[in-house]
Amino acid sequence: MNFYQVHFPILIVSVTLLFSFLIPVFGWWKKKLCYPLAIIAISISLFSSLIVANRVLYHGPIRYYLGGWEPPWGIEFYIDHLNALMVVLVTSISLLVLISSKKSIEKELPDKDVPFYSLFLLLFTGLAGIVVTGDMFNLYVFLEIASLSAYALIAIGEERAPYAAFRYVVLGTIGACFYLLSVGYLYIVTGSLNMADLNQILPNLYHSKVVLVAFSFFMIGIAIKMALFPLHVWLPDAYTYAPSPVSSLIAPLMTKVGIYVMIKIMFKVFEPSFSIEMLPVTTILSWVASIAIIVGCVLALAQVDLKRMLTYIMVAEVGYIVLGVAMANRNALTGAVLHIVNDALMMACLFLIVAAIMFKLGIRNIYELRFLHRKMPFTMGAFTIAALSMMGVPPACGFFSKWYLILGAIDANNWIFVAVILMSGLFNAILFFRVIENAYFEPAYAHDGGEHIEVSRDEAPLSLLIPILIMAVGIILLGIFSGKIISAFIQFIVPVSF
Amino acid sequence: MLEFLVGKFNYYIYIFLMMIGFYAMMGKRNLVKKLIGMNIFQWSIILYFISIGAKKGGSIPIVEGLSGHGAHIVSHASQYVNPLPHVLMLTAIVVGVGTTGVALALLITIYKKYKTLEEDEILRKIK
Repeated sequence: MNFYQVHFPILIVSVTLLFSFLIPVFGWWKKKLCYPLAIIAISISLFSSLIVANRVLYHGPIRYYLGGWEPPWGIEFYIDHLNALMVVLVTSISLLVLISSKKSIEKELPDKDVPFYSLFLLLFTGLAGIVVTGDMFNLYVFLEIASLSAYALIAIGEERAPYAAFRYVVLGTIGACFYLLSVGYLYIVTGSLNMADLNQILPNLYHSKVVLVAFSFFMIGIAIKMALFPLHVWLPDAYTYAPSPVSSLIAPLMTKVGIYVMIKIMFKVFEPSFSIEMLPVTTILSWVASIAIIVGCVLALAQVDLKRMLTYIMVAEVGYIVLGVAMANRNALTGAVLHIVNDALMMACLFLIVAAIMFKLGIRNIYELRFLHRKMPFTMGAFTIAALSMMGVPPACGFFSKWYLILGAIDANNWIFVAVILMSGLFNAILFFRVIENAYFEPAYAHDGGEHIEVSRDEAPLSLLIPILIMAVGIILLGIFSGKIISAFIQFIVPVSF
Repeated sequence: MLEFLVGKFNYYIYIFLMMIGFYAMMGKRNLVKKLIGMNIFQWSIILYFISIGAKKGGSIPIVEGLSGHGAHIVSHASQYVNPLPHVLMLTAIVVGVGTTGVALALLITIYKKYKTLEEDEILRKIK
């Protein structure tokens, strides 16, 4: 391993961090430079993360010591199969969303492109940092970098965005503070902040009350961050009123990264047996998650705003993944991790489609989408693919993760969860066919009797359309190759004891 | 018992402050009061971290007049204040200031839009 290969893990994070501060400088000089600079930065990150993932695939986990200080004294970047999968997911979706954001920004946020690109890179840095770090406190710092830039990005949105963002600030800070407290409690009993080190020290201390307190603080904090029902209240408002390019970045990634942290701490820092046998954590989580699925779907049914409906569906999707984690068996966890990937892609695709519709028509009401299939045929085609995937129709990727989740529920011998997952698939069918019906099927008067309504094709700009189509194709490909992902990444993620 | 109560008084203060902050964030209807509650909440956690690093009669963690490796220095670790939680809190203070800054900027925007910072009135105006 030569010098150049060693330093790729840090490049994932540091290049975008540097560029996020360079962009205001260059933007002050020439505004047009911001967009290409941001793309260059994230492309370098994507390139480094692909190389890192490739190394993980062939040579196993990578440990990178920042500044050459060995853990437990220094900060460590630890990248195993779970991290590699997450980091490739985060970087590739961010790049696609960034490419698509140009036109939406010009329309929705005129004259704010310099701060937008700067904050976008900062948010990306936070998200990528969370998924590569192997240090508890470093994770807190990246979590706050991501959250602070998310607050600011959400607040530059619509009329009601600042108020929604303020509520998010208050709740998000509580979540982060609880996480920090749990790090503090773990530090008093172990004297270490390194995750691998904690994993070695903690098993002897499982009966200590301090560890139990730390674990419960952690679960509450991260449940707020990943918007697990009933702590989801900040999510719908914040994501609905955010500018469309912002919500298409935050919505797929922010909650998923939260769930990643939960998986990491539950199974990699603590032993899986701690949250399964010592405490009834998984039992409680699985019931909370199944309520989240039902409530999310029912609340989504009540919405007429397409973007708001998607945010409630996201509450349900978080429920799915947490349910998969909480059932704690091989199939269920495979489904959960697969669903993190699939759902991030589907949500990014759907939110970008909303951005495209917003860009062209400026509407989000489901009942105003008539004739959209003639106006924007490619966008609606992609929407149909993503919608079918959300319902779980093969060969789209949504089917496979749900398949594994249902298998996991059967393995866990809990038929209520099987029913919940199947029912939510039906809910999704109702939710999305409501949109598809309005967009595709024309009312009768258009054909007989009434005057024929001419709708000319008026597709979204290419910079917006191409990422959408890439994602739509990606949804199908991910479905077809889901077996490959499982055998390359996910089978190493599932703890051996399952 | 008295030792238990008095000897750990800083931890009681931390929990007390944290509850005040929590109450202000959840119970108060004024957005500035919520923000102040948030600050109290964050600073209480900083007090907690400072407490776990501090030692009565502990010296500053700087090694004087020694050159070379520190195996024998580590053995005297009990004489030094643990610097690590204090250093962590430097970062946490920065994060806290950043959060406060973002929140204040949001409050200014909210005030410009609705001409009030009372949550009830804002909610009424939104409808």
